[in-house]
Amino acid sequence: MVENRPWMAWITHLVLLCGVLLVAFPLWVAFVASTHAGGDLLSGVTPLLPGDRLFENYRTVLGSGLSASGGVPVGLMMWNSLVMALSIAVGKIAISIISAYAIVYFRFPFRMLCFWLIFVTLMLPVEVRILPTFEVVSDLGMLNSYAGLSVPLIASATATFLFRQFFLTVPDELTEAARVDGAGPLRFFLDILLPLSRTNVAALFVILFIYGWVQYLWPLLVTTDESFYTIVMGIQRMVTVADAEPQWHLVMATAVLAMLPPVAVVVLMQGLFVKGLVETEK
Amino acid sequence: MAEICMRGVRKRYGDTQVIHGIDVEIADGEFIVIVGPSGCGKSTLLRMVAGLETITEGEISIGGRVVNQLEPKERDIAMVFQNYALYPHMSVFDNMAYGLKIARTPKDEIRARVEEAAKLLELGGLLERKPRQLSGGQRQRVAMGRAIVRKPAVFLFDEPLSNLDAKLRVQMRLEIKQLQRKLGTTSLYVTHDQIEAMTLADRLVVMNQGRAEQIDTPMAVYSDPATTFVAGFIGSPAMNFLAGTVEADGHGLFLGGDARISDKGSDLSGLAGRAVTLGVRPEHLLAVGESEAEIRLGVELVETLGADTLAHGRPVGAAGTPLGDAALGGEAPGLITVRLPGLAPVREGERLPLRMAEGELHLFDPDSGRRIADV
Repeated sequence: MVENRPWMAWITHLVLLCGVLLVAFPLWVAFVASTHAGGDLLSGVTPLLPGDRLFENYRTVLGSGLSASGGVPVGLMMWNSLVMALSIAVGKIAISIISAYAIVYFRFPFRMLCFWLIFVTLMLPVEVRILPTFEVVSDLGMLNSYAGLSVPLIASATATFLFRQFFLTVPDELTEAARVDGAGPLRFFLDILLPLSRTNVAALFVILFIYGWVQYLWPLLVTTDESFYTIVMGIQRMVTVADAEPQWHLVMATAVLAMLPPVAVVVLMQGLFVKGLVETEK
Repeated sequence: MAEICMRGVRKRYGDTQVIHGIDVEIADGEFIVIVGPSGCGKSTLLRMVAGLETITEGEISIGGRVVNQLEPKERDIAMVFQNYALYPHMSVFDNMAYGLKIARTPKDEIRARVEEAAKLLELGGLLERKPRQLSGGQRQRVAMGRAIVRKPAVFLFDEPLSNLDAKLRVQMRLEIKQLQRKLGTTSLYVTHDQIEAMTLADRLVVMNQGRAEQIDTPMAVYSDPATTFVAGFIGSPAMNFLAGTVEADGHGLFLGGDARISDKGSDLSGLAGRAVTLGVRPEHLLAVGESEAEIRLGVELVETLGADTLAHGRPVGAAGTPLGDAALGGEAPGLITVRLPGLAPVREGERLPLRMAEGELHLFDPDSGRRIADV
C-alpha cells in the first residue's frame, strides 16, 4: 500500500520504535548487569547504566568459569557450541543439497517415494524421536562427543525441500547446455548448480547455524562430561546453582557472549541472506 | 565437418508417437532448416540429433558414425538454445571456454580460440561481463560463440532467434547465415518462422505432426509444394485453397456456379473430370478489367502494407454467384487473400474482378492433400 500521509509516517515510526525498545531493552539490561559487581544486582535496584567491572567479569567467565556450577570456562563451552552449530549447519546443507540434486536430476526407481520419505521426517523433530535417537547414539558410543552432538541433528527435510524447489526453477536448457559442453553430473553440480545456489546456501547457513547454536534439549541428553557442555546448557546451569546465590553479573556476561556468534553470522551474511530468500538470479 | 544421416527415425513417449519415421541425408556443410508449426516434433528431432532425447527407433549417424547410444558430448556437436542457456554466474569468456576447459584444452589455446570467436562475433570488449549485463542480441552471440569455439562437426540451432525483437532478428539472421558460410559447418536449424526458414536454408525440411511433408530447397518448396500443408505453411500470406473440378476439355477448372478458371500455361487434359483442390498464392491472383474477370472477390477487409495491398474477402463467380458448395446450398468458401502491388485503389465492399496468373496453378488431391504432379 502506497500512501502519503505525514502523520502516518510518525505513527508507523512510533510503532517500530516501540518494537525496537521491546527487543533491545532486555539486551541492554543484560549488558549493564554484566558490567557490575555481583552484589550490586542483589540489592533490589537493577542498575540501568553500565558499571566498572566490564573487563573483570568477562575475564572471569571466559577464563575460569563459575565455581558453583562446575567451573567450566565459558570459552570452552562457546567452542563446543561453535563446533556443534557449524557441524550441523554445514552437514545439513551438504546432505540436503546432494539429496535434492539426486531427487531433481536423476531418474531412479522409487524417486518420489524417497522424496516423500524425506519430506515426512518434517513431522519427526528431535523432541519426538528423542528416546530412540538417544538409544542409537549411545549404542554407537557417541555420547560425550562432537559427533553425538551434531550427527543426529544433521538430516534435514526443510533444507532438502528448499534446494529441490530451487533446482526445479533452474532452466532445463542450462542442464542440457552443460551436457552438450561435456559436463558430467559431478561437474555440472560443482561448476553450475553449486555456484547458482550460493545465495540459498548462505540463507540456509544463517538459519541452520542459529538452529544449531540454540539447541538445548539434545546436548543436555548426550553430554555428561563437562568438557562437552554447550553454552546454552551452561547458562542454565549457572542460574540453578545449589546452595549459593546466582552470580547474576557473570550469568549475564555469559549470556551476552552467547549472543555474539549468531549476531556475527547474521550481520556478516545479511546481504546474501536477504538475496537468497527474495531473489532468484538466473 | 560431417554429414548427418537419419534413417527411419521415430520417437514415442509411452503410447504417443510424436515422430513417425524421418529419413534425411544431410551433406557436409549443408544448412538445413527444419520448419513446422508448434508441436510438429521439430525440436524433438533436433534434440534426438543432439542426444538430449533417446531415439525410439531408427538410426542417426553423424560423420558416418551411428550416434544413437552416444552422450551429447561424444557426438561432436554444439547447440544454441532458444533462451541462450548461458551460465549466469560465469563471465562471457568462461561461458565460451567452459566446454574447452572440460575437454582439458591447454589454457593458451582456449584463450586464442575464445578471442578468435569473440572477434568473429564482435564480442571483443564484453569478455569479462556477466550474461545479465548483456542485451538479448549480445547474449545470442555469446551462445553462438560457445558453439563456435569448440569447432564441432555440427551446429544445432533450436529456435535461436525467437526471443529477439523483430529488427534484431533480421540482423542476427544475416549474421548466422554469413557465419555458417564462413565456417562451412553442417548446420541443423529449427524454427517456426518461415521467413527464417526460407532465407537461411540450403534445404528445408517441412514437418507436420511428426512427419516430413517435404524436403527440398526453399524455392522448390515454395514453387512446388508437395502437399496442401506445405503450400499453406510456406508463403505469407498463406496460399488460398478453392474446391473445383477439372473441366472435360482439360483447359480450365470449374469452381461451381458460373466461375471457371482457365490456365493456358497448364495442361490438365489428363485430369479431366477429376475433383481437385486448387491452390493459388495471393500474388498470383491479378486484378483485371471487367471483361477479363474469371472470378470476383467480395472485398471485406483491406490491409495496406506500403509495398503491397492485401485484400481479404470471399470469392464469387464472374456474375456474382457463390462458388462451389455454396452454389449447391452448402458452405461458402472461406476468406481468400489477394496481394495487389503498390497502393491498389481497392475499397471494402466492392467486387474486385480477378484472373489467375498463367502457369501458377497448384492442384492437390482433395482427399490426401498431395500434389497432383502432372500439371
